[in-house]
Amino acid sequence: MSYLGYPDFFEPYIKKVEGTRSARVEKRKKGEEFPFMSLQERQEILKYHPDYKEEGRREIKVGPSKGYRIAHEFVDLLEARSRVDPDKVDLSRVDYETDVLVIGGGGAATVAAIIAEENGAQVLMGTKLRHGDSNTMMAEGGIQGASKREKDSPYYHYLDVMGGGHFKNDPNIVAAFVKQAPDALRWLESLGVMFSKSPDGRLGAMHGGGTCRKRMHYCADLSGMEIMRTVRDEARNRKNIKVLEFSPAVELLLNEQGQCAGAVLYNIETEEYLVARARAVILATGGAGRLHVQGFMTTNHYGATADGIVLGYRAGVPLSFLHTVQYHPTGVVFPEQIEGWLITERFRSEGSDILNVDGEKFVNEREPRDVEAARFIKECLDGKGVPTPTGRVGVWLDSPMLDILHGEGRVRTAFVGKWKVYDRLGIDISKAPMLVYPTLHYQNGGLKDNAECETVVPGLYVAGEVTGGLHGENRLMGNSLMDIVVFGRVAGRNAAVFAREKAKDGELTLKHVKAYLKELKEAGIKTDRVAPMLLPDYTPSEVKEKQLTVSYLGSLR
Amino acid sequence: MSAKQTKRKSTATAVKHRAKKPAATAVKKEKKTAAKLIPIYIMGKRYEVPEGLTIMKAMEYAGYILIRGCGCRGGTCGACGTFYRKPGDYKLQVALACQKTVEPDMYIAQLPFFPANRATYDFAGLTAAPEEVFKLYPEMFRCVACNSCTKACPQGIEVMDAISALKQGNITEAAQLSFDCIQCGLCTSRCFGELAQYHMFQLARRIYGAKIVSRAEHLAEMVKAVDEGRYDRFLDELKEAKEDELKKLYQEREVEPLTAGEDWKPKDTTYL
Repeated sequence: MSYLGYPDFFEPYIKKVEGTRSARVEKRKKGEEFPFMSLQERQEILKYHPDYKEEGRREIKVGPSKGYRIAHEFVDLLEARSRVDPDKVDLSRVDYETDVLVIGGGGAATVAAIIAEENGAQVLMGTKLRHGDSNTMMAEGGIQGASKREKDSPYYHYLDVMGGGHFKNDPNIVAAFVKQAPDALRWLESLGVMFSKSPDGRLGAMHGGGTCRKRMHYCADLSGMEIMRTVRDEARNRKNIKVLEFSPAVELLLNEQGQCAGAVLYNIETEEYLVARARAVILATGGAGRLHVQGFMTTNHYGATADGIVLGYRAGVPLSFLHTVQYHPTGVVFPEQIEGWLITERFRSEGSDILNVDGEKFVNEREPRDVEAARFIKECLDGKGVPTPTGRVGVWLDSPMLDILHGEGRVRTAFVGKWKVYDRLGIDISKAPMLVYPTLHYQNGGLKDNAECETVVPGLYVAGEVTGGLHGENRLMGNSLMDIVVFGRVAGRNAAVFAREKAKDGELTLKHVKAYLKELKEAGIKTDRVAPMLLPDYTPSEVKEKQLTVSYLGSLR
Repeated sequence: MSAKQTKRKSTATAVKHRAKKPAATAVKKEKKTAAKLIPIYIMGKRYEVPEGLTIMKAMEYAGYILIRGCGCRGGTCGACGTFYRKPGDYKLQVALACQKTVEPDMYIAQLPFFPANRATYDFAGLTAAPEEVFKLYPEMFRCVACNSCTKACPQGIEVMDAISALKQGNITEAAQLSFDCIQCGLCTSRCFGELAQYHMFQLARRIYGAKIVSRAEHLAEMVKAVDEGRYDRFLDELKEAKEDELKKLYQEREVEPLTAGEDWKPKDTTYL
């Protein structure tokens, strides 16, 4: 049985929302607002923001960014053992030889593979899941790039990127990004990406948060999927690109000259470790939402487990901007099918209240994003959140108010996409509220590189969400899809050139891993943690308790 | 047609660590008894799982660690195409495991991979002529219009109509009808004529996007201006600007109004 499409469990809670709704609507009509916070109050509340929570992070004790304070979930992976005993890997038995090894299977990796191939390289891609399984596939909003000379230019794009990142971003990376963005759009167009266009070919464009010009281009609301499947299709047509699916890298390989020269791949199905030798390596493993930093749900793909951060760090690449993680205030908590999904801010700007378990307001719904998210978290920590049958917690977003305030049918017409999604799940959001909570969205930082996608390790290139610098402390909507295209192309080209002109032959080594493990030991870190994680762990503890005959380290049997 | 799904256990030290922290958590890993348990059959084997879970989460609840058949967990990647049938009903139903809520007594089998035929082509060398598509995918004409493909589409795409359009040489219609195809392969698995519809649609969409729709002239002009170095000096200025200067420029920059039309132009054109 259900109440307004929600399980009976929610009936008493929804009734509290309904109980206060008419009075709240009256206040709205009179223009009475819940007071905004003062700047000082905001500072107080921001202590609840995950990024500002000191107990949410700790110093890394080892490695090139020793002393840097980042989320425990990242440190746990960096202060962990290798999945393989470096001495047990026979590096004289090479399973795969290639010019350029691309680690990752998403947008940045695929774009890099195509461009490396165009520059004459034999390319091998090692993907953890299927080719294309990535956060790129899930991006809805759009892709930023200045394309209309009469009102926009890379100059304004630059200002917007810097403002979004709190002016902390790497200026050289940002400049390279905004300058190459238009050509990246043109390249996608030539590959056949179905951009939303007017009949004369003009690209549709809209604003995103923090943009001064409408330069968010899009493919309906499936921009990332359209870009991903198009570049994947192109990669499949290239005879010099080979793809090894279900074969994530678990360590990078260096050679005697200190160049990056391949990786140890893990066949995740047969559990074999395989040696791939390359003349240059591109690391494009994406983000980390599935670490559930501080226990947050996420909008991210199943495979977003920060593998590349672990690999690159062990090989000596410092971290950059990894102390910030992007949360969106209103992600769906229930129904579970759409858990973590974003609910657009527009619901709040049109007048939907945010309510606690008592059906009472506790925050103005139009505070800045980080403040809004932090206030939700505080309310739930104070025990005023709304529980769910599966043990989660959230706050209500009272969408039915919009039909009363703006006229019957408002929700259904102005928010048709979200209305349909909920309707398929049996919930009419013009009649019932939505249960929301901040959701982990993006890894703002990562491995340090430069505008040429080079790292401190010669022959190791990085691209996409695994990197840090472009977005500073906060990414703007639409810049991640452009990031993967612009820097995927840069990495692909430079890796191919390195493979051809600079790579030296030399014996493969895992000495850097041994040295790293030694450093862990010397730092007094005793742990049975194993990294990279590869897959998140969603097995219930009751099941684990009954698995008696085997022992495991991470997901390593 | 089952996934490779191995049962494994994890030491999950990160989880132990998490448990020590304050309860800011929206993610719980423990089995909850609050929800009512219902029986489902995963590849024929009975498990009791809480109602309200998706098929995917129900499988994880039962103890499966998913390697195949799990991707974005948000309904866009096509990894988790699933067939199911209810007892006493001859009708085969389709769903995405990450989207569909479990129902009592449903029999579930995933289709994480299907050996579909995909043509290889030099895309740049193709034209928009339908004959080229016919040549790459001649099996298209084996379609007997049975509509099984459409019935098998978890996205509700009119798959058969899109194939019919393609057979008639209407690439545009095929591209548009198939735009939200997630390439899960369920249509192909049910096809009497053994067509790989989703690969054909991919080709149609690319031809449409690159060779049928007009190119964006304004974009080509922008690329030309960038190549000619028009913005290099401006960007150098910005790169060298101190943080305070940059903040001032940022705060003073003219913002295009939300409701502005395509013809809107900024007052200051110095940096365009």
